[in-house]
Amino acid sequence: MGMTITEKILAAHSGAKNVCPGDIINCRVDILLGNDITAPISIELFEKAGAKRVFNKEKIVFVPDHFAPNKDIQSAEQCKRLREFSRKHKIINYFEVGRMGIEHALLPEMGIVLPGDLIIGADSHTCTYGALGAFSTGIGSTDLAAAMINGKIWFKVPSTIKINLYGKLNRWVSGKDLILYIIGKIGVDGANYRSMEFCGEVIKNLNMDNRLTICNMAIEAGAKNGIIEPDKETLNYIKKKARRKYKMYKSDSDAKYEEILEFNCSRLEPQVSLPHSPENAQPVSEVGNIKIDQVVIGSCTNGRITDLIEAAKILKGKKVNPNVRLLVFPATQAVYKEALKKGLIDIFIDAEGVVSTPTCGPCLGGHMGVLAEGERAVATTNRNFVGRMGHTKSEIYLASPAVAAASAIMGRIASPEEVVGK
Amino acid sequence: MKLRGNVFKYGDNINTDEIIPARYLNTSDPKILGKYCMEDIDRDFTKKVRHGDIIVAGRNFGCGSSREHAPIAIKAAGVSCVIAKSYARIFYRNSINTGLPILECSEAADEAEMADKFEVDLDRGIIKNLTKCKTYKSQPFPKFVQGIIRAGGLMKWVKAGERE
Ligand code: SF4
Repeated sequence: MGMTITEKILAAHSGAKNVCPGDIINCRVDILLGNDITAPISIELFEKAGAKRVFNKEKIVFVPDHFAPNKDIQSAEQCKRLREFSRKHKIINYFEVGRMGIEHALLPEMGIVLPGDLIIGADSHTCTYGALGAFSTGIGSTDLAAAMINGKIWFKVPSTIKINLYGKLNRWVSGKDLILYIIGKIGVDGANYRSMEFCGEVIKNLNMDNRLTICNMAIEAGAKNGIIEPDKETLNYIKKKARRKYKMYKSDSDAKYEEILEFNCSRLEPQVSLPHSPENAQPVSEVGNIKIDQVVIGSCTNGRITDLIEAAKILKGKKVNPNVRLLVFPATQAVYKEALKKGLIDIFIDAEGVVSTPTCGPCLGGHMGVLAEGERAVATTNRNFVGRMGHTKSEIYLASPAVAAASAIMGRIASPEEVVGK
Repeated sequence: MKLRGNVFKYGDNINTDEIIPARYLNTSDPKILGKYCMEDIDRDFTKKVRHGDIIVAGRNFGCGSSREHAPIAIKAAGVSCVIAKSYARIFYRNSINTGLPILECSEAADEAEMADKFEVDLDRGIIKNLTKCKTYKSQPFPKFVQGIIRAGGLMKWVKAGERE
């Protein structure tokens, strides 16, 4: 019987010829990831277990990005822990401030994660790398600690939901709108424990940045992983980055799916997810007159160069509404530099927005733009839970970079067409 | 293992930002995390919760981030067990790994109210609502997972095993 791409990657890493949903398997891991919030717990457990060395110093990646550059003394201590452990164990892929970026933007950009890999990370948005045709999933700090010792992790093989997106996208409809729309349809536990396989002509025509955005938010539907079959776009993307072997898997034509969902995307409008759940997605034209205080453009969901280009198209030659603070966060140093070269940073600053160094900062209400009581933000991030960006009585509206930029100018939630026309 | 405590009842999709807000993640000290448990959904939780009390919730409990700080905070707050209709995947795994007992039972979750008295037999998966005089059956963990919980988490279990 045929297998899905997810089943094939899991089988290959467990040494089995075939796997079926429900099988419990022990897998070899290609890349392990931790950050300044989750890895300190893993390091402590690693040391308490009496482990002397990590199973492979090339396969472990540590990125201080959440509360880095250090937001306070405690965060500084956590980052220090990561740094010292990395030095002691000669972890090659430790990315210091100045060389770092938000982990899920950084790893694909550096060619650290590749098609066919099995990747685990102590961060729920580790599912992002499925966009490259890898199996990648979020885990907790204990699982990370154990895998740091033996390079293995057990899984229950998930069943798969195939999501076929067809039609032709309207201008200003991006990967972000597609994933918000899908989560709006199936709910925040619509894919719990399962794999989401995205396919169809819409996906084929999307660039890698948009594909990364889609897989990034698979966890917001509860999925174990999101995945897209690698193709020409994937090859193009990794061509200059890959420094080791990789494998491009494809689902068999007779692979078994638990469910197949089809969405016609031709009439889709840009989407906005209302507080306090990503599943509250609505077309931007139906949101109504919602005044806002802050706009955040960035994060592991939408902080890549394509995202900044889209935002800049709308902000060019305009000024941000006087009642709004616009914060732009390039996701990595390389994105930042490219944005500089392309003149995007000028556009943002001329529009009277601020541009920050790469960090998770405002996305999780950490620092660099926390919301006060009663404030409203439009954010290109991935979660609009209560208190996620600050006060429990603040509100977050999730949207694409284009909608966020248009909203910054209008001072209320707005569609890009209102600013730049069709 | 038998547990007894009062119920703290919550709805569907309780996420990890509600269980322990990100602003407290600049530490992983259980004592500090426990002090802020459930703060963004129930300001009074940590004032009222007593050792052994039980959280009862709806669908998809623990959705959102992968932070292990969530089950750690719940345990450190004194909660003996969580009963929900279903769990988000990473939280489920993290609970076992950190030794927080969790059970799935829709009926018990539906019928429970704030401050009901519960008794839970973890080994057999039996949940009693003593206030409402009702008994429910849920799937107990397999023996080895019960072992992990009893040891206080995966790493402690592995270590204990090594010593034996
Ligand atoms: S940008 Fe936000 S969602 Fe992404 S890794 Fe950082 S905190 Fe998590």
